[in-house]
Order: sequence, then C-alpha cells, then structure tokens
Amino acid sequence: MTAAPLLEVEDLRIDLDDGARRVAAAEGVSFRISRGETFGLVGESGCGKSITALSLIGLLRPPLSIGSGVIRFEGREIQHLSAAAQRDLRGNRIAMIFQEPMTALNPVSPVGRQIAEMFVLHKGKSWREANQLAVEALASVRVPAPERRVHDYPHQLSGGMRQRVMIAIALACGPDLLIADEPTTALDVTVQAEIIELMRNLCAERGTAILMISHDLGLVANVCRRVAVMYAGRIVEERGSADIFRAPAHPYTQGLVDSLPRLGSRAALGRTRLKEIAGVVPAITSFPDGCRFNPRCAQASDICRTNAPTADFLEAGGLVRCHHHA
Amino acid sequence: MKLRANLVIGGALFALAILVGLLAPWLAHTDPVLDANLMNAEEPPSWTWWFGTDGQGRDIYSRVVYGARISLTVGIVSQLINSVIGVALGLSAGYFGGWWDDVVNALTNLMLAIPSLIFALAIMAVLGPGLTSLLIALGLTNWSFTCRIARASALSLRSQGYVQAATVLGYGDFRIMFTQLLPNMLGPLIVIGTLGMGSAVLSEAALSFLGLGVRPPFPSWGSMLSEARDQITTAPWLSVFPGLAIFLTVLGLNLLGDGLRDSLDPQSRSRRT
Ligand SMILES: Nc1ncnc2c1ncn2[C@@H]1O[C@H](COP(=O)(O)OP(=O)(O)O)[C@@H](O)[C@H]1O
Ligand code: SF4
Ligand SMILES: [Mg+2]
Repeated sequence: MTAAPLLEVEDLRIDLDDGARRVAAAEGVSFRISRGETFGLVGESGCGKSITALSLIGLLRPPLSIGSGVIRFEGREIQHLSAAAQRDLRGNRIAMIFQEPMTALNPVSPVGRQIAEMFVLHKGKSWREANQLAVEALASVRVPAPERRVHDYPHQLSGGMRQRVMIAIALACGPDLLIADEPTTALDVTVQAEIIELMRNLCAERGTAILMISHDLGLVANVCRRVAVMYAGRIVEERGSADIFRAPAHPYTQGLVDSLPRLGSRAALGRTRLKEIAGVVPAITSFPDGCRFNPRCAQASDICRTNAPTADFLEAGGLVRCHHHA
Repeated sequence: MKLRANLVIGGALFALAILVGLLAPWLAHTDPVLDANLMNAEEPPSWTWWFGTDGQGRDIYSRVVYGARISLTVGIVSQLINSVIGVALGLSAGYFGGWWDDVVNALTNLMLAIPSLIFALAIMAVLGPGLTSLLIALGLTNWSFTCRIARASALSLRSQGYVQAATVLGYGDFRIMFTQLLPNMLGPLIVIGTLGMGSAVLSEAALSFLGLGVRPPFPSWGSMLSEARDQITTAPWLSVFPGLAIFLTVLGLNLLGDGLRDSLDPQSRSRRT
C-alpha cells in the first residue's frame, strides 16, 4: 500500500469567463507531489503557472474558475472544503510566497508583527508567545539581529531581506507544502542564489514539499527533483530534472534548454547569442488548434495543426505531449 | 513628518481649546451658572471682568471657558460616532463589493443629498434638546464623507500585494480589513475626522443658537450667542467672545486637518523617497 500523495491534481481545467464565452485558460493539468518532494513548474510568462498555483489553494477569482478536475490535498478534495476549512489550509498547511517582496508585506506594520500574526491566526498563540516565536522565525531565515529587526518596517529592509521575511512568514506554521511563484525574479542575481539556497535548506530540514514556479528552467531544475513544463495552459513534458536537461523530449523544452547559458559554452562567455524561441505565447482566446506550440515549432507537421497530442509515457519515466517527440 | 505652519498653528489652537476645557474649574474665575449677580450686570470687559458680564451679571470669561467643555465634547464625540459609522460602512462596502456596496452607496448618496444640519435638526426635533440628543443627531448625520473615503481606499487597497498575500496566508475577511486595510487608510481618515470635528463644533453652535442644543443656563458657545442676540448693539462683548472661541477652535481644526493632509500625503513623506 502506498500512502496518498500530498498533493494530487487530476485533469484540472481552469475556465476564463470573459462575459461572452468560457475559454480554457488551462486544461488537462495533472501532477502529483509527494511529502517532502520538490516539484517544478516551468514555462514562459503567460503559460498559466500562476493561475494553476492559485487554483491549488482555492483562490481563483472571477473571471477565472475551476472548470473541471480534482485537486486533492492529503486525499481531501480542496474544492469541496468549506470556506473556513480552506482558509485553515492556507498559510497553515499550504503556504505561498510571491515574486514581489516589495509589495507583499504590509507597509505600516512591523515585520515581526506580520510574522507573529501567523502564530496567532493558525496556532492560537497569545501575542506574547507569538512575538517570541517571530524572533526565532526571523533568526531561522538568517536575518542578523532578529530581536531588533522584528521592529523594522518593510521599507527599512532590502529586497533580499524582505523575501527572507516572506519565507519566515510562509514557513512560520510549518506547512507541508510551500508554493514559490517566481520567488526570486525581482531580486538581484547574487541575492537570488542565497534565497533559493535558504528556501531549499529550510524545506529540506522540515520535510516541507516545494512547488517551485518559474520561467527559468535552470533555476527550477537546480532546486527540484521533477519538473513539469507548461505551455499555453497545458503540461507538455514532465520528467526528472536531470533527464529533462540532458535530453529534452518536447521541442518547447528543447527551446527552453537551448536558451539557457551553459557553463563554459561560447554563449556563457558572451561570444554567441543565446538561442531564443521565436514568437510569443498565444493569448488564451486565440489558442491555435491542434498542438498549441505549432506556430512556433520547427518540427510541426500537418497533424500538429489539427490534432492535440496526447500524453506519451516515456520508458525512463515521465511523459511528453508531442506527435514527433525525441 | 515635516512640521508645517498650518499643522503647528492648528495643533496649538486645538490643544489650547482642549486644555481650556480640561482645566476649566481652575481657569474660570466664577461659577458659570450660579454666580449671577444683577449688581454687576452687563459690565464691559475690564480687569475684573476680562470678557465682561451678561445681563444676569455672570462672568463671560468663565462661561466661555466652561463652554469649551460642551463644544469640544460635542465636536469630538459626535465625530467619533461619525467616523466609526463611516469606516464600518465604507470599509466593508469597498472590501466586499456586490449588493452590500450598492446598499451603502445608496445610503451615502441619500445622506449627501440631505444637508446634514437639516437632518440633525429633524432628529433634534424628535429627541428634544439636550447634550445626548446633540451627540446622537450630529453623530448620525455627518459620516458620508468618511464613508466615501474609506470605501475608495478599500477599493484601491484591495488589489495591493499585501492584501492578496494575507488572503493566501489564510487571513479571514475581518482580519484583512483590520490589519491590512484600515491601518493603510488611517491618514485620510484622520484628516477628514479633524475637519469633521470643526464642522461639528459649528453645527453645535448653530443648533444651540436655534435653541435646540444645550439648554440654558449651561453655557455652550452656541447657546451664549443665542442669548446675546438681543444685546448685540448694547453689549457686543456678549457675542464677540463666544464667537471668537468658535472661530479660533474651528480655524484650528481646519488648519490642523490641512496640515495633517499635507504631512500624511505619501508623496511628500520623505522616508518614501
Ligand atoms: N484575473 C485574470 N483575468 C483574465 N485573465 C487572466 C487573469 N489572470 C491571468 N489571466 C490570464 O491567464 C493566463 C495565464 O496567466 P498566469 O497564470 O499568470 O501566467 P504565468 O504565471 O505562467 O506567467 C495569461 O494569459 C493571463 O493573461
Ligand atoms: S506536436 Fe508538433 S507542433 Fe507540437 S511540439 Fe510536437 S512537433 Fe511541435
Ligand atoms: Mg506568474
């Protein structure tokens, strides 16, 4: 008997209701995350990563809604939980950090108070205990002099420090799953590495699973054991991150890998231009028929323009959706 | 917060009025009600009678000093009631939206359509004169601007990252309204509250002048003006000093409100730059 996975998403479809009609902003999205696992979701901006994340915590708001599919957290279907039960999951069992550490903190509240609020809200602590725990939480994300820093307002902290505070808030209640949506995109490159390292270590220590979302395949593959690549609302490839790097099966993944600078390569040394994928992600309302990648794909053939590819399960594990995959 | 002339002068005038009200028993020379003596009726201002005396020989200075208590109590308490009502309605309307927002909007428009003094007058007519009725009448009729501001702020703050982050972290609606929205709209609310206090002091004077406010013989600035009406040519000091008290207090509150608005304006806050 195998234990139920921590998070299970089955055939999720997210509808966008633009008043006149319903279109699928995402469809056929399925993946599983086990306890303590690190799972990545990659794709260019506008592919549907963030709305997928929001659907997991029951926070899609009109015009977006869950059209069909099942999301189970510890075997319980999230959509069917009461509003109060959903709220109790959020922040307590499933936490999330965002791209903008600049705006995700309340500007008129000291950061210590914002951390402490989590203990009061979800763990029923008194403010006295909670304030003490906030100092410890700030220390755990390696903020120097935490007992003084708790009194600081967000504007007194650098971007990196703020993101540390966000991590402290997110991990305060010891969640089982941390969703990190582009957690370092707004930060300097040097700070990025520190933050990622910190997040990964803290989650590994505590057995917190990570769902890492980014447009940066290199970053995700570095942190996560498995990676799903999303394109125009569909998962096009899902594999172990080492495999996906070594031998990307889907032309889109191939494009993502080729656009990354490699250590020691000519591109990394600035001698040749990095390859980019030509074109842009289509808008939800104008997804092409067949494979949605076909207007940008060099391997596209007639069938690609009419039939959406189904999932092929690879021998080495994982799956890919492409008529002509490697 | 930068110190500005209007902030300093307004704050000083308002603080002075508050101090006078608080220290009235020590500042007043005589009892404002009981120490009537027809022997020195209608004395003009002098070293003995700083602001002169009225037709019953009561010391105007002492009555103005005690009058501060009633004027300021009405100003502060009724504005507090207005602020609580306006914030509760506006904040929830802006945050929840939907039918509740429509209801609050309709109510606000109704309140804005009726001049608040007329509305207060109607309430006073039902409740009868007296301090409590004054507080109720003025407290229920001047919340529409507060409500508008709270609603507009809630609407714009609702899409802020930290409000969404709070939702993601499992905050309930009321926790979001109290911890994320309210503290971030306090600046404009304080400004409008200060200005509202000024207009409440004026309204108290107006209602008392019309005989609907505080009952004589207790002194309020408005009721003193009312009593002084007939002697305005023979004993002008009877109306000049309470009038001056009203003028300075309302001026102070308006300057303070303006000064706070300038200082609390995020664009001019130096720490943001
Ligand atoms: N509130 C919304 N209303 C309408 N369309 C939206 C909304 N949120 C996201 N979308 C659309 O859904 C698609 C996926 O968005 P998103 O999940 O944010 O992409 P990603 O996170 O991968 O960059 C985009 O085309 C975006 O325009
Ligand atoms: S299905 Fe066709 S168009 Fe789509 S990625 Fe594969 S080859 Fe390209
Ligand atoms: Mg996104």
